[in-house]
Formats: sequence, C-alpha cells, structure tokens
Amino acid sequence: MTATLPERPAPAAAPPPDAPPARRKTSRSPLTWYRGGGLANLLFVLPMVFVFLFFSWSPIVQSVVMSLQKTNMIVSEWVGFDNYVAVMTDPELGRAVINTLYFAVLALLFGFPLPLFVAVLMSEVRRGKGLYSALAYLPVVIPPVVAVLLWKFFYSADPSGVFNTVLGWVGIPPQPWLSSAVQAMPALVLEATWAAAGGSIIIYLAALLSVPPELYDAAEVDGASIWRKVWHVTLPQLRGILFIMLILQVIATAQVFLEPFLFTGGGPAGATRTILLYIYDKAFRNSLGGDYGEATAVSVLLAIVLAILSWLYFKLTNRWSTQ
Amino acid sequence: MSAPMSTSPIREGMRGFLSRTNPFGRAKRGSLSSSKGDDVAERTIVSDSERRRPGTRFGMSLTHVFLFVTLVIAGLGPILWLAKSAVTPTQDTLQQPFALWPNGMDWANLSTAWNDIHIDQYFWNTIVIALGAWITQLFIATTAGYALSVLRPKYAPVLGALVLATLFIPGIVLLVPLYLTIVNPPLLGDVSLLNNYLAVWLPMGANAFNILLVKRFFDNLPREVFEAARTDGAGPFRLFWSIVLPMSKPILGVVSVFAIIAAWKDYLWPMLVLPDPAVQPLSVRLPAVQSQTELDVFLAALAIATLIPIAMFLVFQSVFLRSAGLGGAVKG
Repeated sequence: MTATLPERPAPAAAPPPDAPPARRKTSRSPLTWYRGGGLANLLFVLPMVFVFLFFSWSPIVQSVVMSLQKTNMIVSEWVGFDNYVAVMTDPELGRAVINTLYFAVLALLFGFPLPLFVAVLMSEVRRGKGLYSALAYLPVVIPPVVAVLLWKFFYSADPSGVFNTVLGWVGIPPQPWLSSAVQAMPALVLEATWAAAGGSIIIYLAALLSVPPELYDAAEVDGASIWRKVWHVTLPQLRGILFIMLILQVIATAQVFLEPFLFTGGGPAGATRTILLYIYDKAFRNSLGGDYGEATAVSVLLAIVLAILSWLYFKLTNRWSTQ
Repeated sequence: MSAPMSTSPIREGMRGFLSRTNPFGRAKRGSLSSSKGDDVAERTIVSDSERRRPGTRFGMSLTHVFLFVTLVIAGLGPILWLAKSAVTPTQDTLQQPFALWPNGMDWANLSTAWNDIHIDQYFWNTIVIALGAWITQLFIATTAGYALSVLRPKYAPVLGALVLATLFIPGIVLLVPLYLTIVNPPLLGDVSLLNNYLAVWLPMGANAFNILLVKRFFDNLPREVFEAARTDGAGPFRLFWSIVLPMSKPILGVVSVFAIIAAWKDYLWPMLVLPDPAVQPLSVRLPAVQSQTELDVFLAALAIATLIPIAMFLVFQSVFLRSAGLGGAVKG
C-alpha cells in the first residue's frame, strides 16, 4: 500500500507558509484550464488549503518567528535568540525537563512491558478473546478528564480513600499519594498507564497474529519450551512494532499535560511540573498576556526533538510495511 | 454499481473494515486480516500438543483466571465503581467506598447533577462540538483525499508533501500562535473567534493523519470504475459523491470514530478558546465545577459524562478496536 504514496516527505523542517496552487495555469489559457477540470480540482483542494494555511502552516511559521521576538501584542521587536537563552538558563525549565524525563522513564518501566505481557497471554486464550479485548480497551474509552478526576478521588490520602482501603486489606498503611512529592509522579504514571494500556494491547495482539506460525513449529522441532519460544521467536518477531511503540510512547509522554495539570497542578513543590505545564504557565497563566516569546521558544525546542522522533517513526513504519 | 462493502447499514460495513479481505483485490493489512473471528483457532505460541499436557493445561487455566480477574478489575472495576457511587450518598462513598449502598441509594444525585450544575447544557455543548468536529473532519479529509488521490492536479504532490510534513510537527508547537490566530483571526478585522465553536472545529479539520488515511484508501479503489463513470459522463463532483464516497464507507467510519472521540476527549484547546462557561464542553467544565459541587453529585456528573463514549464503544466495538490498531501503526 505504501508504495502508492509517491511523494517523499520533506525532512522535519517547517514547511513554507504556502505554495499557492492556482498559479499553474500560466502557460495555458483559462479556457483549457477550466475544460481540463482545473476549477473542480481547485474547489476540492480549497477546504484543505484553507484550514491548513490558517491553522497549521502559518502557525508553525509564526511559532518560529515569535520565538525570536519580544511582543506585548501591540508591538513586536526582534530579539534574536534572547528567548532561547533565557529559557535555556532558567532552572525552572531544567526542572521541568527532568520531571518530564522522570515521567517518561517511569512510564516506560510500568507502561511498556505490561501491555505486551497481557497481549501475549491474551493471544493464548482460545475462547472469549473478543470479551477480553473489550475489557482491556474500556479504560481508553473513558474521557481522560473523567478518568483523571475519578482517580484523583481514588488517590485520596484519607485512610478510607479508595486505594488506601484496598491497601488496608493487605495490611499496608495508608499512603499520601498525590500529596507526597515522592509518590505524586509514580501515581500520575500509574493512572496514565492504566488509561493507555488498552490501545497498546490491541496493537500487540494484531502484531502477534502476524508472527509466522511455521517459526513456532520449527522451534518445537528443535525442542524449544514455551518460554524459549516466547524469548527466541515471539519477541524477535515483534521487535519492529516494539520499537515503533517505544517511539510513540516517548513522543506522547514528552507532551504530557492533562495528568499533572489536573492531578497536582505541577505540585507538590513543583515535583510534577512538566515541560508542557511550563509552556502553559509562561503563555497563559497570567491573564494579562503571557510571555509568548519564551513560551514559543520552548515549544520550538521541544518540537525539534519530537519531529526527529516522528520522522524516525515514519521511516520505520514505511520501511517495515513495504517489506 | 453495488459496492460490496455496503450491503447493510453502516455498522456492518465498518465492522468489516480491515478484518476482511479488501474486495478490490489486495488484502489490506495482512497482520490484521487473519483475525476473522475471535474463536478461530490459529497457531499461537503454545501448540496443541503442549495444551494437552496436564502441567501446561493447568498453567493455561491459571492464565485464563488471572487474565479474567485482572481485566475485569482494571477495565470494568472503575466504571462499575463510578456507576455505584453516582447513586450513593456522599458520606457512604467517603467512609466505606466499597460498601454497596449501606444506607440506601440516592438517585437524586443524577437529576441534581443534570439540572442544578447544568450538566445538561455542557452535555449539549459537548455534542455540538463533537458533531461539528466530525462534519469538518469528514469534509476536509474526503475532499482532500479525493483531490490528492483521484483528481491529482499537477500541484498535488507538493500539497501532499506539505500536509504530510505537518505530521512531524507536534501539536504543542502550534499552541501559542494558534491561540493568537483565534484571538485575532486574519482577514476578519476586529472579530475574535474566542467562544466560537469554529475555533475548535476548524483547527481539528487540519488533521494530516485523517487525510493520509483517506487518501490511501482512495488509492486502492479500482480506477476502472472511475474511468467507466467518466465515460458515462460523470463529472468530478458526481464521481466524488456517487462513486467514491459510497465505496469508502469503511474508512469514513474510522475517521468518524477518530473525530468524535478526539473532540469528546479534548481538554486544553477548548479550555483556551472557550473561556465562557456557557459554551464549554463537559471536559472543561467538570474540573472547574469540582470545588463547588458536593461529592456524590460530582461523581454522578462524571458518570453522565462517561455514558456516551461507553455507549458508542459498545455499539461500534469492532470499529474502535480496529482503529486502535491503525492509530498505532500508520502503515496500512
């Protein structure tokens, strides 16, 4: 299928604001242009060009421009890389980067192996697989805001809080959860993992089906046990999709906003303030108008890192699907 | 012509997407196409002979039980708990979160949430936002996909590349400039799009992923049918409306699910561009009303907000699950 996509993507750079499509007719008369379907083409292209021009291409360019300016919404002046220097030397941003990395690492530790493990088990189940898939996917369906607000209640530090009650059943004393600077981030990651695992499970289930059965047969002829088959056949066969999921998860966790914003607001004591929260605070916390220059400078830096990752992801998916 | 996929209503057509062999020749997504039914016995890690061994059999039963218990607790547990607590008085929920109505049920929570904290209005707002986002995304994705895949004007590759390039730009980089675009839109003079649903709908239309998805589906439609229609005198609009769209119901279903769910979930963007509480959707209002709402009523509000997505999932389960596979692996 991918072979039908002729154009190569421009490298991760921001695209030019617009290439007006209508200029093509220069060498031909308007009448032949019209007869050849030129007008219809234009009408079908127009909605896309309109929304992308105003809500994608030009904001991308504007973002780069704004990161090089100081603005108070009336006058803007060029300040070169001052915004970049200011945010790079801001210890708050350093803290936010470290918090985000911490979130990403925890999410990899909790959230990466778990869906794979569940998917491998599920693929061995002969009956009721549909029911299991549906159950696993249910948390993904709950609106994220509802899920976070619900879990915020579950995380009540009170001894009769939902999770503390469960801990009480097995004799563990009540935990402070979100109100502790140490436990807050793991608590956020736990909820995020729960909310996202279903999607990964479904993807792994599909990938497991594509492992050629002959490989298992061959492994059995060689006397491989079940665990050796998992280790030497299944996992190597899945390494492509595993790497893709890894990149996707890093891209997603680098932009985590909802959980820290709604669970803790970045607290306690800044322990869960992520990069996106930093950007949000810079741009929108002050209702009189934020520091848009510095906010976009951080956005651009983050975007460059993520664009490289996305590009890698695209390359890999394209290569693997054409094989 | 009768499109082979559209024999029965939408649901049947969408269910078939990706699971069935593409009626137009090639099998789509080999990795998914073998999952024809849930109970088809295919060869997995554990072989049939191993399954007959007593030790393995015991292990498999254990796995089964473990899976079932884990998935019910993690998947269904929070939803059931929310449903229970939505009709439980505050004190009971606080003191005995797992007791089943020790002091009776409190159905009034639901109506209090619905009427007194205006969940009805926010619910309606959410539906309007989701429907508008749905129509916008379908319109843009199909017209763009049609232009890039079927009409193919000379400038199509350039446009396609420009659209594709935006896939690599994370949404966050757009946040501030997009917000300023909404506050002070170009060409419109002094009008601001703040508190206008267009501010949510239009940016959602600029979705490169949808366009790519639709374009690739259109690429696989048989060209002979288009040629035949053109020979019969169908113009580009008729070809689009009467031939291409009816043949594309499966992908339209997937884009619809993506669009509606994304709109229902969105939080940060509607919060920024819809500052007036009267026009905000549930996702934005729920955190805002939490502090002034009694717990049992608030939990009832959360339950109401979950209702439609869960209902949609139950009805269109297979579309959801198959588009989940698509969401991760854009390799179709």
